[in-house]
Amino acid sequence: MAPNGQTQIFAPWADPTAKPLIEFRNVSKRFGNFTAIDNLNLSIYEREFFALLGPSGCGKTTLMRLLAGFEPLSAGTILLDGQDISPIPPNLRAVNMMFQSYALFPHLSVWENIAFGLRRETRDKEVISQRVAEMLRLTRLAKFANRKPHQISGGQRQRVALARALAKAPKLLLLDEPLGALDKKLRSETQFELMDIQERTGTTFVIVTHDQEEAMTVSSRVALMDEGKMVQVATPSQIYEAPNSIYTADFIGDVNIISGTAKLESRQISIVWDAEHAPIIAPSNASFGPDETIHFAIRPEKVGISAEKPAASENSYQGKILDIAYLGNISTYHVELPSGHIIKAQTANTQRLSERGLTWEDKVWVYFQGSAGVLLKR
Amino acid sequence: MKRFTWFNATALTFGFAFLYLPMVILVIYSFNASKLVTVWAGFSTKWYGRLLENEAFLDAAWVTLKVGLISSTLATILGTLAAYVLIRAGRFLGRTLFSGMIYAPLVMPEVITGLSLLLLFIGIGLDRGVFTIILAHTTFSMCYVSVVVSSRLASFDRALEEAALDLGCSPLQAFRLVTLPIIAPAVISGWLLAFTLSLDDLVIASFTAGPSATTLPIKIFSAVRLGVSPEINALSTIMIAIVTIGVISASLISKRAARKLQDDSAMAKRNQE
Amino acid sequence: MRRFAMICLPYLWLVALFLVPFLIVFKISLSDIDLAIPPYTPRLDFNAGWQGFLRFWAALDFENYVFLTSDDLYWKAYLSSLRIAFISTTLTLLIGYPIAYGIARANTEWRATLLMLVILPFWTSFLIRVYAWMGILGTEGLLNQLLLALGFIETPLTILNTNWAVYIGIVYTYLPFMILPIYASLEKLDNSLLEAAIDLGCSRLRAFWLITLPLSKNGVVAGCFLVFIPALGEFVIPSLLGGSRTLMIGKVLWEEFFSNRDWPVASAVAIILLLILIIPIILFQRNEQKQREGEQ
Repeated sequence: MAPNGQTQIFAPWADPTAKPLIEFRNVSKRFGNFTAIDNLNLSIYEREFFALLGPSGCGKTTLMRLLAGFEPLSAGTILLDGQDISPIPPNLRAVNMMFQSYALFPHLSVWENIAFGLRRETRDKEVISQRVAEMLRLTRLAKFANRKPHQISGGQRQRVALARALAKAPKLLLLDEPLGALDKKLRSETQFELMDIQERTGTTFVIVTHDQEEAMTVSSRVALMDEGKMVQVATPSQIYEAPNSIYTADFIGDVNIISGTAKLESRQISIVWDAEHAPIIAPSNASFGPDETIHFAIRPEKVGISAEKPAASENSYQGKILDIAYLGNISTYHVELPSGHIIKAQTANTQRLSERGLTWEDKVWVYFQGSAGVLLKR
Repeated sequence: MKRFTWFNATALTFGFAFLYLPMVILVIYSFNASKLVTVWAGFSTKWYGRLLENEAFLDAAWVTLKVGLISSTLATILGTLAAYVLIRAGRFLGRTLFSGMIYAPLVMPEVITGLSLLLLFIGIGLDRGVFTIILAHTTFSMCYVSVVVSSRLASFDRALEEAALDLGCSPLQAFRLVTLPIIAPAVISGWLLAFTLSLDDLVIASFTAGPSATTLPIKIFSAVRLGVSPEINALSTIMIAIVTIGVISASLISKRAARKLQDDSAMAKRNQE
Repeated sequence: MRRFAMICLPYLWLVALFLVPFLIVFKISLSDIDLAIPPYTPRLDFNAGWQGFLRFWAALDFENYVFLTSDDLYWKAYLSSLRIAFISTTLTLLIGYPIAYGIARANTEWRATLLMLVILPFWTSFLIRVYAWMGILGTEGLLNQLLLALGFIETPLTILNTNWAVYIGIVYTYLPFMILPIYASLEKLDNSLLEAAIDLGCSRLRAFWLITLPLSKNGVVAGCFLVFIPALGEFVIPSLLGGSRTLMIGKVLWEEFFSNRDWPVASAVAIILLLILIIPIILFQRNEQKQREGEQ
């Protein structure tokens, strides 16, 4: 309990005394000439819900398979609870996996599937029976215990896969794109269910996904990968509000990137990005070399849009509405500036359609606070 | 646009008639009281009686059955192992040769295989008899089993094996508890195929049997070289009957299994929450 | 270590019982006939030491192969076998393709039954099925009786003991081997391809010729190899249905071995046959491999 009486926020990565559950040390994985993982270092702490995020081919699935033991390392070590697990085969690791295709054994019933891992550990029927019953309760599958996998629906199969993987109470649970096969509504429900189960069982989850919304919703920390390397590892809010690169800013959510040369002016940066427009003014303590290329990233929801010129003269530009993406609850306006740049501004549709003033070809002003954006060097 | 045209119907009718008429004729004439094909002397089952009294035939049938059961079981074990090696062992020294040795016997003329095996047995001083026939049959049957099982293994979802390992199985346990039960139908078909091939083999058995052993095909061949024989007609009818019952039962079983699968999927859909 | 044992078992079995025999056949083909048991010389005698070994190698020669080229019987038999196998394969293709096509076009419920009907003869004894034709094709056989009774002919046709009986026999017994691969490739054919062709102006026949036939090529090739290669070395069919004038190399090999007891010559015949077959066998394996890789 923190001294001021507030509930402690879960953040073991910030604690210098905490020991990580999993450590990747200089891990590399090569397939022939192709390097899938390049000298990667990462620490994952106990009870985290950790997301590996990235586009296809970035290496996230390979990283997970290295953890599970299905692929041997080309270089480096992996430590689980301080112990080097690189030489240990998958059947002897305290790690269990929930497969993307679920991989339920078709010739066994739901009950038998869940009991499968337990049977490898013990022959005590009482213990097995109790544990399976517990798992069935946890995943609400008690009704279907005697059915075979092809006799239940996709969402139910997913729960069997989860129950089976959790049955042995592993230190670490790996989830390979677990929600990919579910439709949108079921997906959101299941996301919260997963978080709930993770918290209740206290297991460390590592999830692999290409869906950034999913990663942001469920995880305590997100690791964004690209071409075998870690780009940024941070909490969802950190990674969203303080991306460390254009790649990150662009991958997670929508963003406007304006590139120009920097001029430092006493705690302010002035970015000259186009001959026709006023420079962007943003507060900054960081040092930038004279005429260094700098990128200003700002999220569309932080860009205001109005038909009249805004009161503050800083960071406001006039343009024409090129396109409107209407999503029901929000609208994103693509505004074209005279120089050709397109700025995206997003507002909630607080008024009904007929009462809103802005439409295609309208002349509008887009404006933002300099502090609402992020200054990026790369 | 799966239009079933007159051309298709005619082709199928003539095709199947061509395939089945000879066998139907055999069956009919097995009941012909007369020995000759030219004369129909009335319905009679005497040839069946004669057949069942023929000791030589019964002995040969017994030997054939023994050889069939033993060689097909051995062939299934070796063939399944070979299929596993082909599909799962990745690259190893001599893989091309191995692959070639598995597929070559499928098309190799039997006279060559038979001759080569005989010369081997003589070369190493192994007495020819039932044992050598079993060795020979196992060798070519295992290749057929391997083709059937490897085709099933190729489409087998590896994630299932990985899941078994992940949950604590050793590789051998994973094979026994997960892979084998799932590919069992293919393994059984392989066994049936090996059994039929063994039962039916004439050429290789002739080369490798030696003077002491006789199989049913060898006996049949020596009988029919001289011409049509009504006892052989009766024997043929019996064999055709056994095969027909077997094939029809297998077909009915598989139809029932397919229908059950459909019902199960429908049930899964209905119970979606 | 376990992996090594797993690979070794079937590997060694095949090397011992498939590969080594061929080497022995080759060695015997270089030997001479002898009135002994076994009826060939020289025999490798391990007790004779190094000198014996050298004498062994010195006694081997290609005499038998020369003999094969000198006697008309052999190269005529090879040519005749090639011709008969080729004609039979073509006939099997012509009869088998429409049947495979018919099954592929049939309703799904019917297809399982039709396939079962194709496979059933395959499971029945091959020997018996060939034997059945003896009763049909003879001069007093059923076919002649029928034709005579219907008045189509006046004197019985001689079919049995001719090449034609052999063609019929081969087509009959190998038909399932042609039908199944062709059916498999036709079944994979996407119907919308044909619909697209017809939409673009093809007649049904042209659509078949331009689309269906080329796309079923793999099945046709597989089927042809599955018939041609074994048919080349066939023994039972020419023996029962062919006459003394039907020359097929399988029969020649058998007679050389069992009747003449000339094992060295029989071995030489086998080796030459094998050499003739090596190219089709390799092509067959390449085709199968391509198909399997294509499916992955």
